[in-house]
Amino acid sequence: MARPVAFSLRRRLVGQLLALAAVLALVLSLAVRIGAERAAQATLDAVLGSAALALAEEMRAEEGGVVIDVQPATFSMLAAMGEERIFYRVDIGGQTVTGYGDLPLPEGLPTTLAPVFYTVPFRDARIRVAAVARSLRVEGRASPVLVLLGQTREGQGAIAARLGWQAAALGLAVFLVAIPLALLVARSLTAPIDRLAEAVGRRGPRDLRPVRDPAPRELLPFVTALNSFIGRLRGTLSQTETFIAEAAHHIRTPLAVMRNEAELALRQSGEEATRARLRGLIRSADDAARSAGQLLDHATVLYRADQADWARLDLAEMVRAVAARLAPASEMKDIDLVLDIAPALPCEGDAVLIEAALRNILDNAIKYSPPDTVVEITARIEGETALVRISDRGRGLGGAAPERLLRRFRRGDNVGDVTGSGLGLTIVEQAASAMGGSFRLRAREGGGACAEFCLPLV
Amino acid sequence: MRGILFAFGLMLCALPALAFDIEATQDFGPEAPLQRLSVLSTTDTAILEPVITAWLERNPGLGLRYVMASSQEVYRAIAEEGAAFDLVISSAMDLQMKLANDGHALALPADLVAGQPVWARWRDLLVSVAQEPVVLILSDSALRAGEEVPRTRRDLIALLRDNPERFRGRVGTYDPAESGAGYLFAAQDARLSDTFWRLAEVMGRLDARLYCCSVDMIEAVRAGQLLVGYNVLGLYALAGHSEGLTVVELEDFTLTLLRTGLVPRMAPEPEAAVGFLRYLLSQEAQALIARGSGLAAVEAAAFERNPHLRPIRLDPGLLANLDPVSRQRFLAEWRAAMEQP
Amino acid sequence: MRFLLVEDNADLAASVAARLGLEGHGVDCAGTLAEAEEFLLAASYDLILLDIMLPDGDGRDFLARHRRAERTTPVIVMTARSAVSDRVDALDTGADDYITKPFDFAELEARCRAVLRRRGGLVQTQRSFADLTFDPLSATIGVAGESRDLRSREVRLLELFLNAPGRILSKEHLCDRLFSFSEPVTDNAIEVYVGRLRKKLAGSRARIETVRGLGYRLTDG
Repeated sequence: MARPVAFSLRRRLVGQLLALAAVLALVLSLAVRIGAERAAQATLDAVLGSAALALAEEMRAEEGGVVIDVQPATFSMLAAMGEERIFYRVDIGGQTVTGYGDLPLPEGLPTTLAPVFYTVPFRDARIRVAAVARSLRVEGRASPVLVLLGQTREGQGAIAARLGWQAAALGLAVFLVAIPLALLVARSLTAPIDRLAEAVGRRGPRDLRPVRDPAPRELLPFVTALNSFIGRLRGTLSQTETFIAEAAHHIRTPLAVMRNEAELALRQSGEEATRARLRGLIRSADDAARSAGQLLDHATVLYRADQADWARLDLAEMVRAVAARLAPASEMKDIDLVLDIAPALPCEGDAVLIEAALRNILDNAIKYSPPDTVVEITARIEGETALVRISDRGRGLGGAAPERLLRRFRRGDNVGDVTGSGLGLTIVEQAASAMGGSFRLRAREGGGACAEFCLPLV
Repeated sequence: MRGILFAFGLMLCALPALAFDIEATQDFGPEAPLQRLSVLSTTDTAILEPVITAWLERNPGLGLRYVMASSQEVYRAIAEEGAAFDLVISSAMDLQMKLANDGHALALPADLVAGQPVWARWRDLLVSVAQEPVVLILSDSALRAGEEVPRTRRDLIALLRDNPERFRGRVGTYDPAESGAGYLFAAQDARLSDTFWRLAEVMGRLDARLYCCSVDMIEAVRAGQLLVGYNVLGLYALAGHSEGLTVVELEDFTLTLLRTGLVPRMAPEPEAAVGFLRYLLSQEAQALIARGSGLAAVEAAAFERNPHLRPIRLDPGLLANLDPVSRQRFLAEWRAAMEQP
Repeated sequence: MRFLLVEDNADLAASVAARLGLEGHGVDCAGTLAEAEEFLLAASYDLILLDIMLPDGDGRDFLARHRRAERTTPVIVMTARSAVSDRVDALDTGADDYITKPFDFAELEARCRAVLRRRGGLVQTQRSFADLTFDPLSATIGVAGESRDLRSREVRLLELFLNAPGRILSKEHLCDRLFSFSEPVTDNAIEVYVGRLRKKLAGSRARIETVRGLGYRLTDG
């Protein structure tokens, strides 16, 4: 029975946790990178801005023009942060006085003494420019002064990239740590499910008590449903068992009355025609009882075979018990049961199934044996198995293939004059295979049949 | 020295029409090399010749054309003319820095850059190939018996101030208005110490003579026209005959100029240029330079042994030196100091 | 022998009692477990035939009480439930044997004999005829001080003759009693067993005569 496996909860959980960790790592890396870039930019802008302000503030008008004092220290300081390239431009009254005349101007004019920052491509690099505006009284007239100070930001980029990589490495580390963590979390989350499954699976087939094992709150609906199912199952099973018992009772008791009455009538009747009819009646009652019995046996065997309620038992002891039980039946036909049974044959199985199997085999052997013959019962270890062999001198298989006789409601062609339902051997076969054993039937040399019932030894 | 140079022959005719002025050009290696490396430099050919020869020996089939020009012309050739040179070596640190800052330099291989101390390179664009202290030279007749050689600027100021008669008109230094190097040294001096302005005042009072070049200053001292030459490049001082001269590395600080090399963006053979540069920076080549010319090798240990040596910072601060407005202001101050009544 | 039959189905109880009565046994019938207890207090029995499903309880509970009270009277359980587990249960509870309804009286007798034999001579079953002694439980006859073993069918055949000494028993009557109804039997099968019994009786005064056309009878002399 292939169960549809839709998905693994654990795998899904691990997958989702890992995906989450990966996203987190990525976001972390990006966030650090962007944050570092912003922070570096803000710091560098502050330095650049104050340098531009210093440059602007140191300008003063003197006789004969404007004095500009470009301090090497200012440029050195700006360049020191990551060895940047420096560009500057000073415009007075719209004319470039010194510096790089082609340095791009800001889009809007900066207000007085508050630097405006912008990033532009210049030469073969991208540069960050701080622009400061002020006005200067030159020769009696106020002239607007614009100071531009630019620097490359390769150091900033490098720092941000390095931090970004470090963050990515950190993210990767988080990701790597997340893997065992996710597995652990998944395991601990699914552990109660496993425990519950184990607790339910460990139960014997007869254990139909409701599940009381501790379960997480999330699993309670499942446990409740399971318990309700177990309850229904218990009800159904007990109903079925009761039904089987009741059915047997209601069929067999009237049959018994009928048979007894017929036998009494047979004893008291002297008329041969009536007696023949009464004999027919008794045979039919026997037939009916036997068939009903085997049908119910068969149902029981099927039911128990599914239960797989195995226990350790001694097959030798069971063979002896069954032989003793059927001894009166064989005695009635003057059939001797010759036992050759090993002291102990430890096996694992269902006593009820084994009893049913052995009884059916022996019952068959006695039923089909002529009077004054011998039925040999041997039970011994053969290889890895315990072997029970029951050999009779009956009419054998009548040339039929053994496997044919094991089929349900199939009887040999040579037994029409003996009552039987044809279910006996099927019961044996099913019982044997349910417990990992086997059942073979073969014709015996010199007449009769030989039935072999095997169970694995413990 | 010039004579020797010219003896190798000018090969102006072999060059394409150039808009900048060159002083000399010389081809090394086979006549028809597989690959010819062209180097534009402010350094005398003779100084680098042993290194070039050694490098060509190791790389048979290669040729090298060495073109010499003044630092301004070197800058113009690369920044304005876009001349096709594979390697540019110049002592004008500020101009080299501007070339690199303005994007005219190619990035050098990381391993080459990583081998250099931080103060001897800027980013992966500019590396120092040699260092030269900027020194004081004294004529032997500058000092009387019993007078000690000045060890610091303070000593020098005292010497000059106490003996105005002896030194009047016989003190020389760079004219910062005329010489790029002179302006760089003066600006660096001013930046490092206030004594510079006092020294300028003293020199002004003594009617100091101003020169365009180190060579002329050395010649003037040797000829007896000058007793003191201030801020002279050590290389030139030592390369000539030094008898009758005392070279002083002032102990309060002695600026150290870095000769730097870069591979221009327009270089036709950048890989060969890197190869040569790599060799130039090797211990072997540095030893050759030091032995042949007295040009000091680039080594950090020199600064540990001589704590007074200060390398001029190789960074965009140098750009401020080139700012014309600031330059005017500085020169105005300089003139004011020199022309004190 | 004296039987206590515990069976709630009156028809069945009546037919079983009648049948056992024909064999010369005394039978008391109890319809409930309570009645059975009363009978047991009032008299002693050689054997109890016990049904499982009774109106006032389960026969197995009665059996368990019976055994706890250490009463030794053997019990044969009669069950209509052929569910295999019932048989095992019954034996576990202390029944000496069980028999499923409907049953062949011959088989019931055989089982009773087997049970009594296992329990060992509580009842005197030895019988005698002429110079012959016969013990059906041990299946032996004594002729002139000599003990001879009989086969099961020979025992039952001899019992049939001893139950009606001097009477003519027809072959059909003997067949019906000797063989199960599910067994195919021919007329001369009975002749075989009569022949065997005659051999076992050789040397005794007891003889089995053939009455041509009618059957056989046991005679003394």
